[in-house]
Amino acid sequence: MEDMIFYDRIQFGFTITFHYLFPQLTMGLSLLIVYFKGQYLRTNLPIYNSAAKFWMSIFALNFTMGVITGIPLEFQFGTNWAKFSELTGSIIAQTLAMEGMFSFFLESSFLGLFLFGEKLLGQKLHFLAGFLVFLGSWLSGWFILATFAWMQHPVGYEIFESGEFVLTNFTSLFTNIWLIPTFLHNQSASLVTSSFVMSAVGAYYLLTKTNLEFGRLFIKTGIIVGLVSSIFVAFPSGDWNAKNVSEHQPITFAAMEGIFETEESGSEIILIGQPNMMERKIDNKISVPNILSFLTYKNWNTTIKGLNEFDESLWPTNVPGLYYAYHIMVGLGTIFIGIMILATFFLWMKNLESQSWLLWILLFSFPFPYIANTAGWYTAELGRSPWIVFELLKISDGISPTVSSGNTLFTLLGFMALYALIGLLFIVLVGKIIHNGPQNGSAK
Amino acid sequence: MIEIVWYIIITLMLAVYAVLDGFDFGAGIIHLFFAKTEKDKQAIVNSIGPFWDANEVWLLASGGILFFAFPTVYASSFSGFYLPLMMILWLLIFRAIGIELRHQINHPMWHAVWDKLFGISSFLLALFFGLAVGNIVRGVNLGGVINGINSFEPHYFFLPLWNSTLSPFEANLGVIDWFTLMLGLVGLVSITIHGATWVIFKTNCSINYNLKKQIPILGLIQLFLVLVSLSIWHFVRSNPFANFSEFPIFILFPILMFLGIFGNIFINHFKNDHVGFIFSTIFLLSGFFSTSISLFPVLLHSTHNINPSLTIYNTSSPEYGLIIGLKWFSIAFILVVFYTILQFKIFSGKRDDIKHVDDNEISVGIKK
Repeated sequence: MEDMIFYDRIQFGFTITFHYLFPQLTMGLSLLIVYFKGQYLRTNLPIYNSAAKFWMSIFALNFTMGVITGIPLEFQFGTNWAKFSELTGSIIAQTLAMEGMFSFFLESSFLGLFLFGEKLLGQKLHFLAGFLVFLGSWLSGWFILATFAWMQHPVGYEIFESGEFVLTNFTSLFTNIWLIPTFLHNQSASLVTSSFVMSAVGAYYLLTKTNLEFGRLFIKTGIIVGLVSSIFVAFPSGDWNAKNVSEHQPITFAAMEGIFETEESGSEIILIGQPNMMERKIDNKISVPNILSFLTYKNWNTTIKGLNEFDESLWPTNVPGLYYAYHIMVGLGTIFIGIMILATFFLWMKNLESQSWLLWILLFSFPFPYIANTAGWYTAELGRSPWIVFELLKISDGISPTVSSGNTLFTLLGFMALYALIGLLFIVLVGKIIHNGPQNGSAK
Repeated sequence: MIEIVWYIIITLMLAVYAVLDGFDFGAGIIHLFFAKTEKDKQAIVNSIGPFWDANEVWLLASGGILFFAFPTVYASSFSGFYLPLMMILWLLIFRAIGIELRHQINHPMWHAVWDKLFGISSFLLALFFGLAVGNIVRGVNLGGVINGINSFEPHYFFLPLWNSTLSPFEANLGVIDWFTLMLGLVGLVSITIHGATWVIFKTNCSINYNLKKQIPILGLIQLFLVLVSLSIWHFVRSNPFANFSEFPIFILFPILMFLGIFGNIFINHFKNDHVGFIFSTIFLLSGFFSTSISLFPVLLHSTHNINPSLTIYNTSSPEYGLIIGLKWFSIAFILVVFYTILQFKIFSGKRDDIKHVDDNEISVGIKK
């Protein structure tokens, strides 16, 4: 039984971590492409259309990867988490089925039109098709996050004697207090990834002195969107989420922040350090007094309950993992704001291009938003464990009773091999597209 | 009552899925066995280019709808058919990269790799989906009963890929036995015909003339396989046609199914290139509905009397959610039909010269 749970969790964790590398770029990039396409309609400057087309070819590849790694996730609810699906299906599958019906069809139908139909549609309709792809991908985020929000903060349900969860209020799925802050946080984080990728490509062109015109356009767009989204992801959206956690999941909050001892006169914020679970303290700690109380409650002296206040059996299963995931996300998020403020300053001074040190930084910083996004999701998921539905259903009670660990390990190995292959292909092919560069010239 | 509506919706979604993804699986099979020149291969891939991704969403959406309307069946069948479903996933992944990576690099060896992957995975998927229908029709050992004792909860089961005798009569059932294999072949031949009619309909390939000669032969094989399957059906399940004798009006569906088969046997009597595709669409739609009527109200048959079959009545979500779901589903479905029609309108006619956004950019870039 234990190893069944273990392999089910590893497989889901692995496949969803790999999957989410793609949609975070898809969602943000679709908006940036719509922007380029819109600028082309407005100004009629061919560079915007070429820019849109260049990013579309990266987008197309990225989208395909997102789709093919996404289908296994929808299947895995049933294949590996059958008990969870059976008990909560009448609720979570509302939003999952809506995702399929409202967003997947929209994205995929108009992606076909967007990729193949420029000549057939004309520029205005082509813009519209692009906009609908963007809408579809963001709607998909909305519905999947509505599902996630329910797992974190179940609403509008009743539990039958059989253990089955039953929906009693449909609207509450979308007015869930967890949904809007999560949506804003997640979508702005996807814009961070996309804008860092775009400014990295821009920096690459400027550093190699190729496609200079595009390099300038990409770096400018990337930096401006990157600045706004990096700030927005921290404040107000990240802050809002943290408040939700501190209010509704106080134990998780203490574990995330690494607070063991309650400090009556206000909690310190821990910047760096390693949780020592045996002595219940943070080793090699660097911290600033009272800041956490201020950030959370706008009051320097509000008491925040530490982990020691709660029985250990109620703690999240993996406190150090949760602590690191959260600190990596927040730490990187802070660095992103710093990089983008610096870059905006030089952009504004109109001498960014001569700051090759900064271009190098922009070039090499693109992997980090991926790490931050992933760490953010680990924070959310490890923060909920051991619960699959917060405080109502345990992860261990959600697995498929009939699928043996040997079978799951078999498919896990299969996914690992397959994803290693497609990950490699993706990197090589996107590298090639970027290296070849956008084709200058007007739309044909 | 509302359960019946959702049963019809799921049947409809799966039937449309078979028609839509069926043509691009079929195109893959034709691509594998018939297309010889680079021009033809390119044309076949192009003809499904704008469609295949949206087609696959019908499978995802059908899964989502099953999950939502009949969560117990979704949970039980997806975990019970664990191995074949995972293999279907891998094949779908291989197939998708076969289609999407082909045009990334303009080199004959690169094309050869992805062409083969696309063709072989399409072939296997057509076979697997036929096998899947076979498994649903045959039923499974619900509860994993051995010597009269349940191994799992009564609505759960687990199927290995096969048992040692490939027989559908053993307690230890497998996914592949001679009965399901028969339906696998029906699926394979039907999808191949469907793909052939699509290629004739949507391309100017040099193989079209040859395909038109092959379709009647394939149609005869299809007719034979369908008749054999129908006549051996009662071995695995008693009285499979009860619903038709109770409601004779539904015999219309099997009649349409045979009309579809005969249409393609006599394909060469019709001039227009789209007629064959219409006949094979009629076959797939009415075939799905006929199967579904025969099964009603059962979603998953139990092969023994110890545990009851999973029906729409003992597995459905509560009424409140199903009724709300019907509201949003109606809106969404109208939109989806609109998108699908729009796609077919915009990419109407022969489409083998269609260009992907980066065809005239990236691949030209490689050549120089």
